[in-house]
Amino acid sequence: MAGLDIFLQNVANGVLIGGVYALIGIGLTLVFGVMRTINFAHGDFVVLGMYSAVLFNALLGWDPYLSLLLAMPIGFFAGVIVERFILSRVIDAPPESALLATLGISLIIGNTILLTFGGEPRSVQVSYASSTLSIAGVNVSMVLLLAGIATVIMIGALYTLLNRTEVGRAIRGTAENRLGAELVGIDTRRIHSIVFGLGVMLAVMAGVTLIPLLFATPTNTGAVFTLKAFVVTVLGGLGNVGAAIAGGILLGVVEVLGASYFMSEYREAYGLIAFLLILLFRPEGLFGRTVKRV
Amino acid sequence: MGQAILQVDNVDLGYGTLKVVFGASLHVSRGELVGLVGGNGSGKSTILRAISGMIAPWSGRIMFDGEEVKGARPHQMARKGLAHVPMGRQLFPNMSVRENLMLGAFLPEAKAARDENMAKVETLFPDLVRYANAMAGQLSGGQQQMVAIARALMLGPKMLIMDEPSLGLSPLFVKEVMAAIRRVAETGLPILLVEQNVKQVLAVSHRVYVLENGRQVLDGPSKELQGHPMIRKAYLGL
Repeated sequence: MAGLDIFLQNVANGVLIGGVYALIGIGLTLVFGVMRTINFAHGDFVVLGMYSAVLFNALLGWDPYLSLLLAMPIGFFAGVIVERFILSRVIDAPPESALLATLGISLIIGNTILLTFGGEPRSVQVSYASSTLSIAGVNVSMVLLLAGIATVIMIGALYTLLNRTEVGRAIRGTAENRLGAELVGIDTRRIHSIVFGLGVMLAVMAGVTLIPLLFATPTNTGAVFTLKAFVVTVLGGLGNVGAAIAGGILLGVVEVLGASYFMSEYREAYGLIAFLLILLFRPEGLFGRTVKRV
Repeated sequence: MGQAILQVDNVDLGYGTLKVVFGASLHVSRGELVGLVGGNGSGKSTILRAISGMIAPWSGRIMFDGEEVKGARPHQMARKGLAHVPMGRQLFPNMSVRENLMLGAFLPEAKAARDENMAKVETLFPDLVRYANAMAGQLSGGQQQMVAIARALMLGPKMLIMDEPSLGLSPLFVKEVMAAIRRVAETGLPILLVEQNVKQVLAVSHRVYVLENGRQVLDGPSKELQGHPMIRKAYLGL
């Protein structure tokens, strides 16, 4: 019985952390779907979210969830500005230009944080860090539960935006056919800005919800989350929001189960092993369309 | 020329350093269906691309609805009332036909008239109602072409330009699409129709311009050109 309890608890933790991974993956996949650019700075925007929570906590004593109220709109506008002044100039050039631009952005973010906060790992201590809630006999950490709730709200809001609003329809139209979208009167450059803003906002939000759980370092953490975002999106098939949710949850569960039943120091590796195995047997991703082999 | 909704004056067009259109001039008056025909690579589509702002003319001038078009991007031309049915249709394949049409009325003015235009479109293309909920990408080429024209009409445009609507369609569907274009023209909407299918264009249009290797070689009323020796020889195989 005890074994089953622990298993269920691990699965619950995995699903909740996986929800946050899904948020990160959705940001990457949304940007790819609309702009056809892989954003190598995506993980650094997650780290930017983490440090924004560190900053608000240090200066004003704010809880991470309170700083979310400021960090999300700031993240959105930062994304819009980055797109407008940097990416929009290279988006129609050969694809490696945009790729290199995002790599450059990644270096600038990481090193700016390093310069400002120094290199030692930072986190935010919250009063409820060790509280748990018992749901149907399964103990769930408060921090993870809050992250899960925030994730569900965010994904719900995003779903509504994409499927029930004019802007959302314009975003989907631009993703499906940019020329077709231009011809019906959609300013697709503006859509690019909005989508990149949304991508950064999702990354920042994920970072803020993760900071009570783990330590952030300026340059390494970004690369870890960019990698996780790739794993999540490729598991599900790049450019597909629904699949990114499934991919995120799968990654979370694999990591948590691997860490608790095998060696916990290889936590990151279990996700990557699953990633390799899935690519080996289904190169198009778990939910991707069949890839034509030439 | 006060009546011309579209006027192209002596434009040179090209890509990179390659010039493909040499001094083309044409006009479309209100209520007219004008054909622009020529073989593969004659520069027809390039002219349409310049009209809707996808490329800028090297020289010359394009006037739409009394205003010079200069540096406008495609979405801005749509805002001015120019609807473009592009080559290859460029639909939103994973959206339903209804959603494609809704996006056709994306701009505020079109949105205000959405229901009205939808009703018009449904009278012109009664079949659309039947597959309104189907994904656009799953329709046949002919049906997709109808959706592309319908989506353009949802803009409530002042003029329609069409790039090879019969391309890749079976002869039966070519006839249907041409009949649909004629129905649209009968509503009084000015149309510039780019086609390789010269015979069909001569049958539906008022006037035709003939382009060869980027140069205009002939133009005139379709009825007269039907009997023109050059047309008969080069395009109709007679």
